[in-house]
Amino acid sequence: MVKSVLSVKHQGLTDWFIQRVSAIVMAIYSIGMLAFFVMHPNLTFDDWHNLFACVAVKIATIIILISLLFHAWVGMWTVFTDYVKCYVARFTLHTIVILALMAFFFAALLVLWGI
Amino acid sequence: MGFFSSKVVVLYKQKRGNDTTVTNRDQRPKNLNLFTIRMPIPAIVSILHRLSGILLFLLIPIAIWGLNLSLKSAQDFDNVHQFLTTPMMKFAIWFCLAGFLYHLVAGIRHLLMDINIGIELKTGRLSAILTLIIAASLIILTGIWLW
Repeated sequence: MVKSVLSVKHQGLTDWFIQRVSAIVMAIYSIGMLAFFVMHPNLTFDDWHNLFACVAVKIATIIILISLLFHAWVGMWTVFTDYVKCYVARFTLHTIVILALMAFFFAALLVLWGI
Repeated sequence: MGFFSSKVVVLYKQKRGNDTTVTNRDQRPKNLNLFTIRMPIPAIVSILHRLSGILLFLLIPIAIWGLNLSLKSAQDFDNVHQFLTTPMMKFAIWFCLAGFLYHLVAGIRHLLMDINIGIELKTGRLSAILTLIIAASLIILTGIWLW
């Protein structure tokens, strides 16, 4: 039986969907970033700072952070559910992953906020 | 299946009349030693996707730390730049990028399988080999780009 991760209804389908959509979004963003690096072989602080000062890039980056949060959660959930059979250990690991991901998310948000 | 096979064993036992030569389904030897199991290429591609995923998860805080410093000030940007261009760190970055590129390519393979491309044994094996080749080429290209 498929267990629910992110929602009570629709069980595993939501996780599957979120994992795929976030994957596509992050892949597109990565290609954009790669293009930026290729176009700026001698990257300066000003180029880099201006990139993240742009509102569109900021919004895109926040969307990527949310995608990463969910993608990593579904991925780590799958790995721990597959390999960690002890309920208490698995529950603890899941909790640590959620807390860590939330901390990463807010840390990155604060970084972007300060620009 | 279990019911069926146990019934077969019973019939087999009756026929042979010798319990010691009969092996039940549950008593068959199991081999879960990963060092002696020969994994097919799609299995290797799949487990590497998982391993690279775990690596990327662990790298998130380091990436955020680098992003923070690189955006703080021109001085910090130069510090990060200098730190990352030491040969040792360059190699570490290459390794991390390799994990990312592999995860990306193998992930695209999974997405293609979601839309029913490469789900047969033959095509699945082919796409697994292609994943390894494409990822390896991208990783080598990245290495050339970094140095």
